[in-house]
Amino acid sequence: MTAPDRIVAKEGIAAREAARPAGAAAAASCRRREGGLIDRSRSLSFSFDGKAFAGHPGDTLASALLANGVRLLGRSFKYHRPRGVLTAGSEEPNALVELRGGARREPNTRATVVELYDGLEAASQNRWPSLRFDLAGAGDLLSPLLTAGFYYKTFMWPAAFWEKVYEPLIRRAAGLGRLSGAPDPDSYEKSYAFCDVLVIGAGPAGLMAALTAGRAGARVILADEDFRVGGRLLAETHEVGGRPGPLWADDVLAELAGLDNVRCLPRTTVYGVYDGGTYGALERVADHLPVPPPGRPRQRLWKIVARRAVLAAGATERPIAFGDNDRPGILLAGAQRSYLNRFGVLTGSRTAVFTCSDDGWRSAADLVRAGAEVAAVIDTRPDARCPDGLTGLEDVALIAGGRVVETRGRLGLTSIDCLDRDGRRRSLAVDGLAVSGGWNPALHLTCHQGARPVWRDDLATFLPADDLPPGLAVAGAAAGGFSTAAALAQGAERGAAAAEAAGHAVRKPEPPEAEDGPVAVTPFWHVKESRARAWLDFQNDVTVKDVALAHREGFRSVEHLKRYTTLGMATDQGKTANVQALAIMAELTGKSIPETGTTVFRPPYTPVAISAFAGRSRGKDFRPVRKTPSHDWAVEQGAVFVETGAWLRAQWFPRPGETHWRQSVDREVLAVRNAVGVCDVTTLGKIDIQGADAGAFLNRVYANGFAKLPLGKVRYGLMLREDGFVMDDGTTARLGEAHYVMTTTTAKAVPVFRHLEFCRQVLWPGLDLQLISTTEQWAQFAVAGPRARDLLREIVDPDHDISNQAFPYMACGEVTVCGGTRARLFRLSFSGELAYEVAVPARYGDAMIRALMAAGAAFEVTPYGTEALGVLRIEKGHPAGNELNGQTTAANLGMGRMVSKKKDCIGNVLSERPGLNAPDDLRLVGFVPLDRRAQLTAGAHFIALGRAAVAAEDQGYMTSVAHSPNLGHSIGLGLIQRGGERIGEKVRAVDLVRGADVEVEIVSPHFIDPEGERLRA
Amino acid sequence: MRIPCPLCGERDASEFTYLGDAGPRRPDPTAPDAAEAFHDYLHLRDNPAGWHVELWYHEAGCRSWLQVSRNTLTHELGEVRRAEDLGLDEPSP
Amino acid sequence: MAKTGRYSALALIRQALTGNRDWPRVWRDPEPKPAYEVVIVGAGGHGLATAYYLAREFGITDVAVLEKGWIGSGNVGRNTTIARSNYMLPGNEAFYEFSMKLWEGLEQDLNYNAMVSQRGILNLCHSDPQRDAYARRGNAMRLHGADAELLDREGVRRLCPFLNFDDARFPITGGLLQRRGGTVRHDAVAWGYARGADSRGVDILQNCEVTGFLMEDGRCVGVETGRGRIRAKKVGVAVAGSSSRVMAKAGLRLPIESHVLQAFVSEGLKPVIPGVITFGAGHFYVSQSDKGGLVFGGDIDGYNSYAQRGNLPTVEDVCEGGMAILPMIGRARLLRSWGGIMDMSMDGSPIIDRTPVEGLYLNAGWCYGGFKATPASGYCFAHLLARDEPQETAAAYRLDRFRSGRVIDEKGVGAQPNLH
Repeated sequence: MTAPDRIVAKEGIAAREAARPAGAAAAASCRRREGGLIDRSRSLSFSFDGKAFAGHPGDTLASALLANGVRLLGRSFKYHRPRGVLTAGSEEPNALVELRGGARREPNTRATVVELYDGLEAASQNRWPSLRFDLAGAGDLLSPLLTAGFYYKTFMWPAAFWEKVYEPLIRRAAGLGRLSGAPDPDSYEKSYAFCDVLVIGAGPAGLMAALTAGRAGARVILADEDFRVGGRLLAETHEVGGRPGPLWADDVLAELAGLDNVRCLPRTTVYGVYDGGTYGALERVADHLPVPPPGRPRQRLWKIVARRAVLAAGATERPIAFGDNDRPGILLAGAQRSYLNRFGVLTGSRTAVFTCSDDGWRSAADLVRAGAEVAAVIDTRPDARCPDGLTGLEDVALIAGGRVVETRGRLGLTSIDCLDRDGRRRSLAVDGLAVSGGWNPALHLTCHQGARPVWRDDLATFLPADDLPPGLAVAGAAAGGFSTAAALAQGAERGAAAAEAAGHAVRKPEPPEAEDGPVAVTPFWHVKESRARAWLDFQNDVTVKDVALAHREGFRSVEHLKRYTTLGMATDQGKTANVQALAIMAELTGKSIPETGTTVFRPPYTPVAISAFAGRSRGKDFRPVRKTPSHDWAVEQGAVFVETGAWLRAQWFPRPGETHWRQSVDREVLAVRNAVGVCDVTTLGKIDIQGADAGAFLNRVYANGFAKLPLGKVRYGLMLREDGFVMDDGTTARLGEAHYVMTTTTAKAVPVFRHLEFCRQVLWPGLDLQLISTTEQWAQFAVAGPRARDLLREIVDPDHDISNQAFPYMACGEVTVCGGTRARLFRLSFSGELAYEVAVPARYGDAMIRALMAAGAAFEVTPYGTEALGVLRIEKGHPAGNELNGQTTAANLGMGRMVSKKKDCIGNVLSERPGLNAPDDLRLVGFVPLDRRAQLTAGAHFIALGRAAVAAEDQGYMTSVAHSPNLGHSIGLGLIQRGGERIGEKVRAVDLVRGADVEVEIVSPHFIDPEGERLRA
Repeated sequence: MRIPCPLCGERDASEFTYLGDAGPRRPDPTAPDAAEAFHDYLHLRDNPAGWHVELWYHEAGCRSWLQVSRNTLTHELGEVRRAEDLGLDEPSP
Repeated sequence: MAKTGRYSALALIRQALTGNRDWPRVWRDPEPKPAYEVVIVGAGGHGLATAYYLAREFGITDVAVLEKGWIGSGNVGRNTTIARSNYMLPGNEAFYEFSMKLWEGLEQDLNYNAMVSQRGILNLCHSDPQRDAYARRGNAMRLHGADAELLDREGVRRLCPFLNFDDARFPITGGLLQRRGGTVRHDAVAWGYARGADSRGVDILQNCEVTGFLMEDGRCVGVETGRGRIRAKKVGVAVAGSSSRVMAKAGLRLPIESHVLQAFVSEGLKPVIPGVITFGAGHFYVSQSDKGGLVFGGDIDGYNSYAQRGNLPTVEDVCEGGMAILPMIGRARLLRSWGGIMDMSMDGSPIIDRTPVEGLYLNAGWCYGGFKATPASGYCFAHLLARDEPQETAAAYRLDRFRSGRVIDEKGVGAQPNLH
């Protein structure tokens, strides 16, 4: 039949239209009796909005609903327009549902990719009170007011109304689906994989790539987002190598399954390309089941490191914008064929096709072959004719040079109006419309490292750029190879190249025979004659008029267009919208598409559950727990624990009858001051330093002198950062001629070790020494109090003399304990009492604490926790974490004179800067409340008496406070301007956020035993 | 991003800790202009868009400090050497 | 404002009745003039705000703002939209509180609704030392006239009952709340300032990349651009992540490294999170936009980068942090991630100062916190350009403070940009 004949034939259309009842409703069942890739032998029951339906294995939720005649699936974001299925894949903007119930509710789930399972529950979202009668749909009437960006121009008066009135209203309308509000009950896993060739997509190109590389012996991973391999072959009626496409795909899959070097990952979306050939993929392990089987994760996040990758993700069809092109029943032509050929579902009882290329005609051909009624093919090309190779279309009316201008049907399509090439208007009663505007390669992953797609006029589409992510090649429709034959050939070629690049010899592949039809597209973006709104971004309700408004107001850059209109910002990321909008902006500006811009995509390709990224790092397992060697013992004692970084430490040890933590802590503090206490201090960082230059090294990393530390002695060390501020403090003991053991604070153990390795390897590689962290290798206990030596005499083997003369304050040495166990003894005191720290190999830690407690019973030994430790050090005026906050200098802490000026050490030079030596700078001093009953609070700021509590009067702040059971009142340490010169002065400690304002006296920070007699006893 | 550690082989960058530009050398603290030299050493950076030689620490591996050549525009990795082998404490030319 | 048309409900209705055909351009697209009194390099939030305040506060309207791409294409267009003034140190808090006050009157000032939404910002704490540090910070805020409340665990629970109180690795012990904190529609900030500046005569020049500085006798007298030479009495540079690259053209090395910060948004959800929440035992912060998306982020990736993209470990780390405090967001899906280039300074605080080159001024070093500073940064940079002396709240933001040691190090981590 020639074109003019077909035009004549349309006279017949009008006659047929007249005879047809308007608004033919969708039939009860749209499932064909046969055909498709579903298992008709089994039935699956499911529900949508509480209504029960049945489908078959192999269905998606969308196909099953369509099969049941359900066309209205959702409401759009802004205008609450009634919407149905537009696509058959992950690009779906409309058919979003809340899937599952209870804590497993998944909002915004695309019905087009949900694999049907028995008992599936889904509900529509973003509507009230029901999907059919959504009150918010009335907003559609106000659409002239609610144009793109209208909210930037109003809601400003009065100013206070934004938070109180406007925004709450907007937020009530915001969002789509609802979270359950409950913790996600499922578990998630992470897996790592390494391969030679990662193939992304298992359509004809991907299968051929995987087969070619797999046969060559390359380690191949083939991932596809669908639950069945075949890609576009599943939706079309093409043959490959003489076999129906889906069967060919099954054959290839079977061969791949037999290759040990190939792993196939169905239901797996490669969502992102990261640096170094790392690909992120999400495997939906159990999303096709009602709940994950016991012990199985719901999803698995793969991190795949691939030497080469072949992207064969296919293409996404684009719609054409025309008046009210968003009604349920209007589908993309490729999707309509997918429902027909793969799922055996007719998406309309009478369908028209609107196309600007030969590809749309396939819909007409497939429908006719299936015995369905095709009302007309409306082809925008004036010289359109039935493409070669398609049969059975002789009786189908053609409207060449035609355009669909308007549609009707409140909750579903009932008729369309179209213009022919002479501008004559025709109405067609149809409940189905298949729209084909050409195809956009699914090149999203190629953009993830910044490459920008390039426009190809001959194909009227964007193709992947040349500067692809390293190691990535593109094949098939994703590379513009739109015919099956081209896809197979490109897949084979890219698969071979990838395997070769990974070092495998490849036999020249011979792709099977397949259709190789022309793929010319005469781009057609929107119907200018349409008066009604023509949708581009269906979910976010962005129309052609919005693009025009953006153009008018100067938002002409593609990025401005997107941001101003919200185009492409919805859950589908504009997969069916961006290119159209860009083309329309190009029309408006009179520039070409490449001059107007391009569209780029960021990861993830499709949205990924936050749970999947978090994996097992949730709840109590958010981070690992480090336990001290005495942990089990402390649990037995009923200790209360506290998180100290990753460590769990005993905070205090309540005894029966103690009802308040202060009672426990006061008792523990007094026990140390009056008898003896034991505390696990294993968490302090320990660094073993050995080598001929170890002493010289320490002298350079500590600010105070270390060159002359005698054997058998410990020294306090102050460590600066290179910028002159205090980094950390601790002690270092010299156990041998060339053997030192450093301790750091608990918090800084890791950074200090890293810093020392930096100094050793980068700054002074010429020095002869080695470092190793031994924090975990040694269990260490502080034994403190006047009876400490008495207790240790019971523990330390008698051949070691630990008398005050033989083992004085700051002595250290290697000893044996409990009858021959190797140990280290340090005479150190953090509490200000006679005190030791004893270290044993970590495996003896539990035995050691038990031995100490047993031996100490005679001396009323008391275990004490971090809280008492804190009180003891505040009473003694020792700085700790609150003072070593990274903002303080040695001078601030009253240790300015410790910084040796006679040597090179880290931080020495820059500690001289004037900003670190201001005369009125902060100094660490003690504070006591004038009213001894008053409680001091850390974080209070100091204000002079009689002055206003304003920033200009701020003199410093309280760093640490404690109740001193020895003094019977609250004490504090704090940093105040010129503190050392102001002992005896009174100021206010103002804590506005706690509502406290306490008059305090500045005192020495050494509340207990300022002369240090106790610790030398 | 994956860093080829000379001792451990190619590993994910998450095993490493970054410090910064490997170019600046710690100045002579006894030089008359030491204050100014230390200021520059610690604070001023070329911060190039392109190839950058920088220090990484293989904290979750062999604990080597590495001098890594890396492109800050593309995250491409170039030569990686152990800092210890470079004689960085030699006076800079 | 006749030229751009004043926005009002009445204007909306009038336009709606006439098909929205008469909305004027929001800003003009002028040709560059050969010379201006002030040229600002960078039409991001800070550059546009600078131009606006130069015109409005200091009467200097002979101003051009030069942008390499499209306005707002830098960090103002890719951030997590948080506004707050919860700083601790004297050099910072007054400035950020000034910024907060400017936010509070911004929309009426600009006649543009940037959706400044003071729904509050809550910083969670998980230990006693952290609570004490928050008290110190909250008191500093109050002394500066800002609002701050220290909440205990129950106070946090009353405000955000949906947080993880039962199964947390690091239990929530309290939080610091600033009720005046919140979010702002980020793109609209750039557009609103552009419109305001444009209507006062400022030329906004897009696709006008600066390729060099014009120097005469060691003085900066203008810029070379892709659209020709433009002379200026004063040149102010506000290019965030590109600061080092641009200032290198004037021979200056900066105390700045460029790092990538990723940010994330989820699919649109019915509102569940009222304000901004930050996790105190990991790197995670979140708010929910007026469209329903959870907008969240965490730490920078941690290495020098101009690539505008990050890597997976940070994505995982951020989501782990999210799940740690908000286990209910697990089944929400991460929709989009992006990376911005942060001009990380050596103490984590910004620079608004003259440079050693006469006539050349610098606004940089905002780290990942530049968005909230936009109004005050613009105001103070305009003050500096107009009067050659710092605005009082920005007086500490000196370029030479690393030489003097008068650093402003909120985190106390020293001269290592990736730790700030």
